[in-house]
Amino acid sequence: MNPSKPSSDRVKELMDGLEPAIFENAAFTTPKPLAESTVAILTSAALHHPEQPGFDPRDTSFRKLDPKRTDYRLGHWSQDIDQVGFGIDYNVVFPIDRLNELAADGTIGAVSEVHLAYAGNQFELEGIRLDSGPEGAKTLLDAGVDVVLLTPV
Amino acid sequence: MSTLAHVLEASGLATITLGSVKGQLESAAPPRGLFCDFPLGRPLGKPGDAKFQHRVLAHAFAMLQRTEHGIEVFPDVISDQSEVLSCPMPPRAESDDHPAVVEARALRPAYDRTIARFGERMGAFRLMGPDQVPAAIATFAAVADGAAWKEAGIPGIPARVVQDIRGYYEAAAVSLAEHTPSAFEATRWFQHETEAGRAILGAKQQMEAQGAKPGLWQYLTTGAAAD
Repeated sequence: MNPSKPSSDRVKELMDGLEPAIFENAAFTTPKPLAESTVAILTSAALHHPEQPGFDPRDTSFRKLDPKRTDYRLGHWSQDIDQVGFGIDYNVVFPIDRLNELAADGTIGAVSEVHLAYAGNQFELEGIRLDSGPEGAKTLLDAGVDVVLLTPV
Repeated sequence: MSTLAHVLEASGLATITLGSVKGQLESAAPPRGLFCDFPLGRPLGKPGDAKFQHRVLAHAFAMLQRTEHGIEVFPDVISDQSEVLSCPMPPRAESDDHPAVVEARALRPAYDRTIARFGERMGAFRLMGPDQVPAAIATFAAVADGAAWKEAGIPGIPARVVQDIRGYYEAAAVSLAEHTPSAFEATRWFQHETEAGRAILGAKQQMEAQGAKPGLWQYLTTGAAAD
């Protein structure tokens, strides 16, 4: 690790060494044209609306986010993420206004009525891979989603 | 994040995954990954800059044209310049309370202005509201001054309590600063320049000295704002 780098870059270097889940036969879906696609956002920022329960640090479940509201709370527990940027402009994590603009100009077909938030910074990934991940996928498919933009923090 | 991309793609959804840690993105190998060398917490790069955010999205959505898996690199880099926010502190009332407690009370109008302007997207809401923040700071100040950490009355798991204190200070800083803070700029201010930050650092050192488990004290400060 290079001590001359900013401390936040050193944290990113530490995260570089974390072991990911390995998918030996990774799927690849060819989407229909973007201008005909319904797009959703899935974020690992642990966003939630005020009346929804927050995320415990090992919580692998998800929350549904209503795109017509803007009262998103950042519930991620990591100390090593900047929270001020989201506080000023939620689009820097959850670019829902940008998607609405892209739908208005015809770049994308539509913005999904449902978006999802999980809590990142998980070390036990089996629950996500086998339970809450497939459940989230079904939620999005049931909402007519074709394309998903995944945003971390 | 990339695990979810694999699961969604296997269900028939096309995905694009943004990532700010290149090695992690490459090793987890989501179907379409866009490495954006931005600070953690700002995956679209620049708050309040719709044009820049649209450039990131344009690159991301262009990756849907790919016919095979791959990672691409967004050309712009946003570097952390290790800046420390400089903001005028409001006047503090005369009080015999700990300076960190007095400081926190003085910041309340600035906190309220930020919440009124931007909503409660950041701030104190995880374990406590803003009304409880000064008392919570007092418990860390007591530990810093030598009280036994188990008996100081810290109102929850210490690192989680600090999240709310940090959120309170960072929200106040947004109104006190005259610009949009760069990533971790307000965190560095809180951690290094405020009485509360010093009290928490002192409590961290005391907890270690008192034999508390590392998991209870090592996350009281933010590594990303260490210096």
